[in-house]
Amino acid sequence: MENIAEPNKAIEADIDREIANRTKDIPGWGIDADIKNNPTYPMKHYNGADHERFNYEKPPQQPIDVEILHSIERPGVTRVFGTSTPPSGLSGMLRRYAFRYSESTYAHWVPLVVADRINVIEGIVDDLKHGHIPNIFAEKGWQAEWKYNRQGFIKNVAVTVAVTAVVATLLFRKKKSK
Amino acid sequence: MLAMNFRGPFRVRADRNRPMPEIKHPQDAIVRVTRSCICGSDLHLYHGLVPDTRVGMTFGHEFTGVVVETGSAVTNLKTGDHVMVPFNIACGMCPFCKQQLYGNCHESNPEATAVGGIFGYSHTAGGYDGGQAEYVRVPYANVGPTIIPQGMDLDDAVLLTDVVPTGYQAAEMGGIQQGDTVVVFGAGPVGIMAAKCAWLFGAGRVIVIDHIDYRLEFVRQYAQCEAYNFKEMDDPVVFLKKTTGWLGADVCIDAVGCDAAGNAFQSLVGRKLPLTGGSATALHWAINSVKKGGIVSIVGVYGPLDALVPIGNVVNKGITIRANQASVKRLLPTLIDHVMSGRLNPKAIISHRIPLEEVAEGYHIFSAKRDNCIKPVLIPSSAYAA
Ligand SMILES: NC(=O)c1ccc[n+]([C@@H]2O[C@H](COP(=O)([O-])OP(=O)(O)OC[C@H]3O[C@@H](n4cnc5c(N)ncnc54)[C@H](O)[C@@H]3O)[C@@H](O)[C@H]2O)c1
Ligand SMILES: [Zn+2]
Ligand SMILES: [Zn+2]
Repeated sequence: MENIAEPNKAIEADIDREIANRTKDIPGWGIDADIKNNPTYPMKHYNGADHERFNYEKPPQQPIDVEILHSIERPGVTRVFGTSTPPSGLSGMLRRYAFRYSESTYAHWVPLVVADRINVIEGIVDDLKHGHIPNIFAEKGWQAEWKYNRQGFIKNVAVTVAVTAVVATLLFRKKKSK
Repeated sequence: MLAMNFRGPFRVRADRNRPMPEIKHPQDAIVRVTRSCICGSDLHLYHGLVPDTRVGMTFGHEFTGVVVETGSAVTNLKTGDHVMVPFNIACGMCPFCKQQLYGNCHESNPEATAVGGIFGYSHTAGGYDGGQAEYVRVPYANVGPTIIPQGMDLDDAVLLTDVVPTGYQAAEMGGIQQGDTVVVFGAGPVGIMAAKCAWLFGAGRVIVIDHIDYRLEFVRQYAQCEAYNFKEMDDPVVFLKKTTGWLGADVCIDAVGCDAAGNAFQSLVGRKLPLTGGSATALHWAINSVKKGGIVSIVGVYGPLDALVPIGNVVNKGITIRANQASVKRLLPTLIDHVMSGRLNPKAIISHRIPLEEVAEGYHIFSAKRDNCIKPVLIPSSAYAA
């Protein structure tokens, strides 16, 4: 018992064993209490619908006018879907490859994670192509850091500058000595 | 139009040149956004933890807005209606929607079968641009959107689209019986609401665990519960065993998800590298501090890869695990009543009201927990249009 932190002692003493005393000031206490609340949502709510398997009545199909990748664990796209950012470039190729494998495999998820990282570089290139130099300082919300955590911010910048300087010096020395 | 634009992990910007959304399906509506929150789930995207989060996407799944256009088959809404839009995109017709599993619709997300469509939540959740924008496309508009009742504050309404139902469902899934001791991991907006709602189900004791003092202080007042900092404990599991008379809690709720702190190894493989479906530290603690035969309710979000949890203890202790995305539409009638009658006061958790233009700062403040941030809400200037 010696290894247990100090606050515990206080708790045992603080707790009023009488539930009514502890809960009397709580608005709506017990209003949704229900002995039958167990088993509870999302328990199976049998209505026979699942036994129709994939033959259930469906909404109309949204026209497929952009490239949509779909999980191979279903026969086709869903009746509606999002049309944001269709796959493109190298990241798009990786995403298409990923969707040859099921959601149950690393061959699906790992290429998607790699594609996401490549996509960041593609995003910067795309910005530059459109004549937009991304303001990474602003995109990272560092104005807020400057406002609410100025000391930490200055410390971080100082550490980064110092580390960069040391690394640069070491590299520079190596080259010189060659 | 103006909208949030994701540029990569920890990089977002407000972009004036985003195309206006269009009706793509007869059951679509277009909504002019009036309030749009940043959710803890958005932080998982922002931190780069959700696969297939594409650069150029607009996030945002917790929003209210005014209907400006409807597709030919929309019958439940008309132009001018001010609606709250549940974060789940649900068809209302598939076998899962018919069971009120609105978070598990089978006709809204082509990219993954394991989760239904969610606004602005990567292509793993359907590839929809979300509501951190001036305008947004709302599919299946007959099913989800719900007219904001007369007299309800917009700030309350917007929280009814995600965080309130999620916290409530976390408590509901715990199967709480009168007098139960309920432990909530996480004092973020979801954990705060879960703690508050646990009382509605008759909990006898509610304990919240986090490591950020200002949030613990807030939840202690707001949810009238106990709140403890796990950094001050040698071992949170032993702490909880002892304070529950050595048997463990009746119900444990994971309201943290894949960004959990508290264990260096989990953080390394789940957040830094990341090789797993996220850091499962809170879930690990939940499983180990619930009593035998107890219930663990999970609303914290994890990635699709495997996560490190002590599944052997789940077997040996005979624990029931219940988990899901919140089924918002299902819960709205109950929760509207709780808000209108004053039993729940969601807007009190809003700590920051931020113009949409400053979205990058909003994300940073919420992610880095600066300025005592609890819940940030983005307000587009078009929200004030007539
Ligand atoms: N299932 C759903 O429908 C649904 C809906 C909304 C949000 N969520 C999820 O709920 C979770 C919480 O959301 P939020 O908005 O409150 O986010 P948040 O990031 O504001 O809050 C998370 C809190 O957990 C704390 N924490 C970190 N590690 C912890 C640990 N080991 N033990 C205890 N607390 C720890 C953090 O300090 C933080 O205060 C997220 O995973 C989010 O994705 C799920
Ligand atoms: Zn959310
Ligand atoms: Zn459905």
